[in-house]
Amino acid sequence: MLALDRVSKTYPNGVAALARFSAEIRQGEIIAIIGGSGCGKSTLLRAIAGLDRASSGTVTLDNEAIASPHAKIGIIFQEPRLLPWLSVADNIGFGLADLAAPERREKVARALERVGLADKAQAWPRELSGGQAQRVAIARALVPQPEVLLLDEPFSALDAFTRRDLQDHLLDLWADTRPTLILVTHDVDEAVVLADRVLVMRPRPGRLFDQIEINLARPRDRHSPLFENFKRSVLTSLDRSLDRSVPDRDATQGPGQAMWW
Amino acid sequence: MISDAPALQQTSEPAESAAAPSRVARYARPLLGLLLPLTLALGWELVVWLGWSNGRLVPPPSRVFATIAELARSGELVRHIVATLWRVSLGFAFGVVAGTLLGAVSGYWSLARRLLDPTVQALRAIPSLAWVPLFILWLGIFETSKVVLIAVGVFFPVYLGVMGAILSVDRKIVEVGRTFRLSGFAMIRRILLPAVLPAYVVSLRVGLGLGWMFVVAAELIGASEGLGYLLLDGQQLGKPAQILAAIVIFAILGKLTDWLIEVAAAPFLRWQDAFGRAKGA
Ligand SMILES: Nc1ncnc2c1ncn2[C@@H]1O[C@H](COP(=O)(O)OP(=O)(O)O)[C@@H](O)[C@H]1O
Ligand SMILES: [Mg+2]
Repeated sequence: MLALDRVSKTYPNGVAALARFSAEIRQGEIIAIIGGSGCGKSTLLRAIAGLDRASSGTVTLDNEAIASPHAKIGIIFQEPRLLPWLSVADNIGFGLADLAAPERREKVARALERVGLADKAQAWPRELSGGQAQRVAIARALVPQPEVLLLDEPFSALDAFTRRDLQDHLLDLWADTRPTLILVTHDVDEAVVLADRVLVMRPRPGRLFDQIEINLARPRDRHSPLFENFKRSVLTSLDRSLDRSVPDRDATQGPGQAMWW
Repeated sequence: MISDAPALQQTSEPAESAAAPSRVARYARPLLGLLLPLTLALGWELVVWLGWSNGRLVPPPSRVFATIAELARSGELVRHIVATLWRVSLGFAFGVVAGTLLGAVSGYWSLARRLLDPTVQALRAIPSLAWVPLFILWLGIFETSKVVLIAVGVFFPVYLGVMGAILSVDRKIVEVGRTFRLSGFAMIRRILLPAVLPAYVVSLRVGLGLGWMFVVAAELIGASEGLGYLLLDGQQLGKPAQILAAIVIFAILGKLTDWLIEVAAAPFLRWQDAFGRAKGA
């Protein structure tokens, strides 16, 4: 289990990017974090990844405090961030340096197969499309089999068609080993199609505003009335999060009690 | 002569994007560049051959090549080339080692940069040839002062190239290294070195160009052998063909050594070639 306990971050310039963010995330759960720009989503993700230290509060994974990057936690950024001097195969195997070469090769080959890029194994990152490059980034993060995979707006730079394709593909890959996914997104549709639970954040300082459980069986039909209902409730919550006249919910309240619908 | 920074992508093979005429284009393009100098040389040859000019001050190509052949036959040419190449190699080696070390320290470690960089920049502002009298006083007029002068010329572009390259390594890529828990040596070997390599190769090539420039200066100041000596000797004895012969050989050696660096680096920069191809150079 991943436990966030009153995680706060104030940057040296005084910006309170994150304030007392608490959540408990079950192993294998898919969480979407949604909220206006600048409400601390990336800050939160970077704290969980151990890339930036929280100013106060703790992140613990299976009772182990996270203060620096951890083998069980992978992260995918908005840009693929592939290493341009490594072939696609070597990029995917980047996190497997400790393994013996044959074993690494085999894992990489399987991952390439799995993300549908077997024919690109020896290509350079420059030669990939945006969607392909992000697939490689996903494979690179998943191949060491992390327990938690963090994704910071991973599909927002892609066109709508590629984005849908990769959303489905991500779920497909997730089913292999069922890591915990924490996905930051701007896209309500994306949140509802992927997540078990949507966390809505509000800005200044960045904090948790609301949680919405998405009780929909997978695969989800984007056109079903139920799907539309969930989308509407997320949108409503988002609107309220941006409305300053709406007070914060009581922090002690249990998750998923969206009271207004 | 070759002190300008050669852009890596431009010197790699021409684009293959236009599939059909690519083979013709591959050979036609360099040939096109040869057209002007060849025409001028042949034209001048013709002018002298027709007796329209005696070609005493500007000897025709045939006379320049005859001079080269003559020098080669007597063994003089090899002796001068070896002397010059030896100086350039030593100076280049020292300059590269010093520039790489100090550049890396300054790029990697900000305290060292604050300590070191202002001094280096101030020294850089001095035209390096201004050091010549001092070097001669300190080190004598023989090999040491020449090698040091060349090393100074090579040092600055390498230092700046290495430091700049390290400073401009993409923070986002470094972060990828951090998420995979690389630190210290592993981070340097797996992220920083490859990221810095293209700029490093460019700085080596610029440094080498300066090395060739400075070897001429060093040998003009006083030498009993070397291509620069041939230049000076040609001037003093009024042998323009010998001067031109030395210049031609400088050009050939300069291009050749530059090409050696390019070829040696090519296997490590294949990923960049892909970039050049994709852009359609
Ligand atoms: N490195 C930083 N230094 C100072 N302020 C920052 C830094 N990173 C983010 N911020 C600020 O913190 C707030 C939250 O940023 P961020 O977590 O990136 O938001 P989001 O990802 O939700 O758009 C913003 O106001 C942003 O300007
Ligand atoms: Mg962000």
